[in-house]
Amino acid sequence: MKGSGIRRRETLIALAFLLPNIIGFFAFTAGPVLASLLLSFTSWDLLTPPQWVGLGNFWELIGFHRSVDGVRANDPDFWKYLYNTIFMLMSLPINIATSLIVALILVKNIRFTYVYRLVFFLPSILAGIAIYYLWRWIYNPDYGLFNSILAFIGIDGPNWLTDPNWVKPAIIIMQIWIMIGGVGMVLYIAALRNVNTELYEAAEIDGANPWQSFWAVTWPSVMPVTFFLFTIGIINGLQWGAEAVMVMTEGGPFGASTTLGYYIYLKAYQDFEMGYAATISWILFVLIFGLTLLNWKKGGGSIED
Amino acid sequence: MSKDTRWQSLWHIPLILGGITCLLPLAFMITTALAPPEAAMRATDNFWEMVIPQNWRWENFIIVWEIVPFLRYYINSLFVAVVATTGQVLTSAMAAYAFSRIRWPGRDKLFLAYLATMMIPGLVIMIPNFILMKLIPEGLEIAVPVVDWMSLRYLGTSADATGIGRLAGLDSYFALIAPGMFSAYGTFLLRQFFISLPKELDEAAKIDGCGHWKIFTKVILPLSIPGLTALTLLTFMTVWGAFLWPLVATNQEYLRTLPVGLQAFQGQYSTEWHLMMAASLLMLVPVIVLFLVGQRFFLSGLTVGSVKG
Repeated sequence: MKGSGIRRRETLIALAFLLPNIIGFFAFTAGPVLASLLLSFTSWDLLTPPQWVGLGNFWELIGFHRSVDGVRANDPDFWKYLYNTIFMLMSLPINIATSLIVALILVKNIRFTYVYRLVFFLPSILAGIAIYYLWRWIYNPDYGLFNSILAFIGIDGPNWLTDPNWVKPAIIIMQIWIMIGGVGMVLYIAALRNVNTELYEAAEIDGANPWQSFWAVTWPSVMPVTFFLFTIGIINGLQWGAEAVMVMTEGGPFGASTTLGYYIYLKAYQDFEMGYAATISWILFVLIFGLTLLNWKKGGGSIED
Repeated sequence: MSKDTRWQSLWHIPLILGGITCLLPLAFMITTALAPPEAAMRATDNFWEMVIPQNWRWENFIIVWEIVPFLRYYINSLFVAVVATTGQVLTSAMAAYAFSRIRWPGRDKLFLAYLATMMIPGLVIMIPNFILMKLIPEGLEIAVPVVDWMSLRYLGTSADATGIGRLAGLDSYFALIAPGMFSAYGTFLLRQFFISLPKELDEAAKIDGCGHWKIFTKVILPLSIPGLTALTLLTFMTVWGAFLWPLVATNQEYLRTLPVGLQAFQGQYSTEWHLMMAASLLMLVPVIVLFLVGQRFFLSGLTVGSVKG
C-alpha cells in the first residue's frame, strides 16, 4: 500500500532527526536512571565487585531499630540532613513573596523600570560557585561585609558559618538574596500585564479597597505562576546544596548545614559507597515526586479557569 | 517612558532599597578584588570602606593569571562550553523538529518519557554517569585494543607538553563535554517554539519540492532564531557555571574548568580573598556580557520554558 510506505518513510526520517539526541538521552539520562535504580540495591566501593544487598540500603537509610535507650534511626544522619534540607526550603515562600512584590511595583509604569528589573534579576544570573565564594567571604566574622553592616547599626554579629545556630539562617539569607527578583519576578511581570483591567474596575465599583482587590483579582490571576514557582522551587530546593554547602561550609559545623544533596556527594565521592549514595538519591526522588504530585492535586483545581 | 506622578514616585523608595540590597554584595566583591592583600582584611567597623573601593590595585587581575594556570582554566571552560552548547542546540533542534513537525507512531509517548526525566534529580544521574565514564576506557580497551585508551595524552613530547587527558572516560574532555550535549529540557524548549509556527509553512515548502531536511534548515530554523538564541544562552551559562560534574569527572589540573579552578585560591588555612574575588569577577564577566546582550531572548526563553508548558 502506498500510504503505509509513505508513513514508514516519515517514521524513518523522524528517527534520523532524533538519532543524535536519543543516543545521548539513553546513554546519559534514561540509562543512568535505570542503572542508579539497580545500584541502589547493591553495595559497591568501585574496587571490589558490586554486592546485591536487596533492600538493605533502604532499610539502613530510613529504617529504625530498637536499642537499649528506645527506638533509634538506623541512619540518624539522614534524618538530620533531611531536616536541614527542609529547613532551608524556608527561603522559597519568602522569595515567592519578594518577587511578587517587586513585580507588582514594576508594572506600575514608573521611571527606570528597565534598570530596576535588570538590577533585581542580576543576582540570579550570577548565582553559582563564584557567588558562593563571595558569600563565604561576606560571612567572614572579622572582615566580612555582613558583620560590618551589623556593626554599622551597633550589633555585634555572630560567627555565621561556624555557629551551628546561625549557619542555616545564613544560607537562607543568601538564597533570598539570589532569588529576590529572579525568574519569579519575570514570570509575575508577564502574568500581571495580562490581567484584565476590567476586573479591577469592577472591583472598584463594588467598593473594594486595594488590599481587597489584590486578593480578589490579582492573586487568583497570578495563581498559575505562584503554583509553578512553588513546584519548581520544591523540586530544586530538595536537591539543592551540594555545591553551595561544599564551597561555603563543607556541611559543618557538625553537619548543621549538610543537605541531602551534599550527603549524596559525600557518600559517593568521599566514602565511595556508590550503592548507598544511589539509594539516598532515589529516596530524594520519591520525596520530590510525592510532593509534586500532592502539589498538582491540591493546586490543580484552582488553576483551571 | 512615562513621567511619574507624585504618588508614583514614592514607589522608588522600596525599589532603591531593594536595588541596594542586590548590589551591595557585588560592590563588596569589587572592592575586595581591587584591594592589596592587607587591605582586603579590613576590620568590620569600616562599612563604607568595604563597599567603595579605596584602592585600585589592578595588578590583582594580572596576578591571578600568573600564580595559577588561570588561562588554561579559562580556555578549558570556553572550549567545553562552546562545544557542548553547539552540540546541545543542534541535537535539541533536530529532535524538536521530529517531535513537532513530523507525524510518526509513538511520538507523543516518547516525548512524555523525555518530559518525565526532567523531574529526576541531577544527582540520581550523576553517580551512574561517573561509573560509566570510569568504565568506558576499560571497555574500549577490550573492544578496540589497537588504540591506547587508558593513558593520559599530551600534545608534543617535550617536558612541558600540553596535557589533554584521555581520549574518553574520566579525565578527558569527552567526559566534560559529552553529557552536556544532550538535554531533554532543550528539546522541550525548542519544541514549544517550533509548534507555534503555522503548519502551512511546511505544506507550502513541500509543494515547492522541499524534503524534511530542507524544511528544517530553510524554513523552521530561520524562523526560530529567538528560541535558538535563548537555548544557546541558557546552555552556555549552565555549562560555564557547572561545578559538581567537572569536579568529580576530572582529576588533572590541566583539565580544570573555571569553577573548579577557583579552589586554587583557597588555601589550607587561609584564603587569598582579594585574588579569589578578582578571579571570580573574571569568571563572571562573560556571563554578565551575554546576559546584557541577549537579555530579551533570555527572558523570553525562561517564560516559554516554564509557563506555557
